[in-house]
Amino acid sequence: MTETTTLYEQIGGEAAVNAAVDIFYRKVLTDHRINRFFDGVNMAQQAAKQKAFLTMAFGGPHNYTGEDMRKGHAHLVKLGLDDSHFDAVIENLGATLVELNVPQALIAQVAAIGESTRNDVLGR
Amino acid sequence: MSLKTIKLNDREIVCQEDESILDALLRDNIDIPNNCRRGVCQSCMIRSLDNAPPAASQNGLTDVLQHQNYFLACLCYPEQDMTISLNTPKDFFTESTVIDKKLLNSDILLLTLKCSTPLDYYAGQFVNLKRYDGLQRSYSIANNHLLNPDSVTFHIRKLKDGLFSEWAYQELAVGDTIDISDPQGLCYYLPNQLDQNLMLIGTGSGLAPLLGIISEALHQGHRGDIHLFHGSREIEGLYLIEEMQQLTQQYQNFNYTPCLSSDTLANGFAKGRAHDVAMSTIPSLKDWRIYLCGHPDMVHQAKRQAFLKGAAIQNIYADAFHVGTASAK
Repeated sequence: MTETTTLYEQIGGEAAVNAAVDIFYRKVLTDHRINRFFDGVNMAQQAAKQKAFLTMAFGGPHNYTGEDMRKGHAHLVKLGLDDSHFDAVIENLGATLVELNVPQALIAQVAAIGESTRNDVLGR
Repeated sequence: MSLKTIKLNDREIVCQEDESILDALLRDNIDIPNNCRRGVCQSCMIRSLDNAPPAASQNGLTDVLQHQNYFLACLCYPEQDMTISLNTPKDFFTESTVIDKKLLNSDILLLTLKCSTPLDYYAGQFVNLKRYDGLQRSYSIANNHLLNPDSVTFHIRKLKDGLFSEWAYQELAVGDTIDISDPQGLCYYLPNQLDQNLMLIGTGSGLAPLLGIISEALHQGHRGDIHLFHGSREIEGLYLIEEMQQLTQQYQNFNYTPCLSSDTLANGFAKGRAHDVAMSTIPSLKDWRIYLCGHPDMVHQAKRQAFLKGAAIQNIYADAFHVGTASAK
């Protein structure tokens, strides 16, 4: 791989996102620490959002803004969304990538991008 | 010459070279929902009425949406002139005549209509039926156009104080006319994967679209297993039981499980809610296609259960029956 290859390309681009989205969403829905936040959502729409989120976390093209993140999660913060839940999501993200045999060095980069949204997601 | 003409109703919009249809429409002050402009949010999805859209503009859409020429305006750089629509089929009506009316059980009426011009539909879709005074209700089509090109059938469940269903039971008569909308909905059969296993779960009159889908699948020579789970509280809430059992004799790959959610124990009926019975019967739903029709709670729970059992989200097709509002489904 050349130095100019982006993180997104190294992970495998859109194909990797597609492979990851169902695995990630299944993990989130079966995680008792956080799955109550997903009750009552439209699954197809939620999957599209997960795809957008994973694309961003994988360093791919996106136009998520901090403001979007705040608005999108404000109702969940009112329901008690806090750092422990955010940690659980990041953990599921990492486990998804391990399952897809993504090298640790890349997983760390993805986790760092995910981590950068923490304060916006939690409305701080 | 690389300018393309986009027709929308009675307007013509010119799409410049290297310009997406979304940008062309917005430049012409046409109000169209949009957000990410990268093909992710899918809010700018519209439909081509003539030419197939470029494949790249259908990236990420389910196969039934692609099949109906839906595409994402933000990703569409047209290769030819196109006629597009921002409207939904529920805006168009055809006149039909009642040709038969009979009871399937004490609460469900089988209504057969003949349309003045044949209805172009896919088995599993629904229409809006409109009474003379404008009162509308959504009903699923219960047959398939391959076997019955001239008529469409519906299962009308009698609802307590249901304005439309009461009228259909009491007053609507053979020979009367009624308006029928263009078919809508994406919960239908596509003969593109004949070896795929199918699971269909319906409660009450949610059997209607599933029957259409099963009938079409069998007619198309579907080779994968087809599992139908039909649920109600009591035996009286089920219907077409013998017909379904007969079908299992006729087709080796067709399986039928009637389910009762009350405490009633009856020979030949599974005990439990249809989706719970279904999920505990089939160990893995990986690569299966799932159809869910009926009570919104059942549909909601079964979607999640099916997904967690391995079904991909784009393979889960659902039609939730919402009762009570004029044209809601």
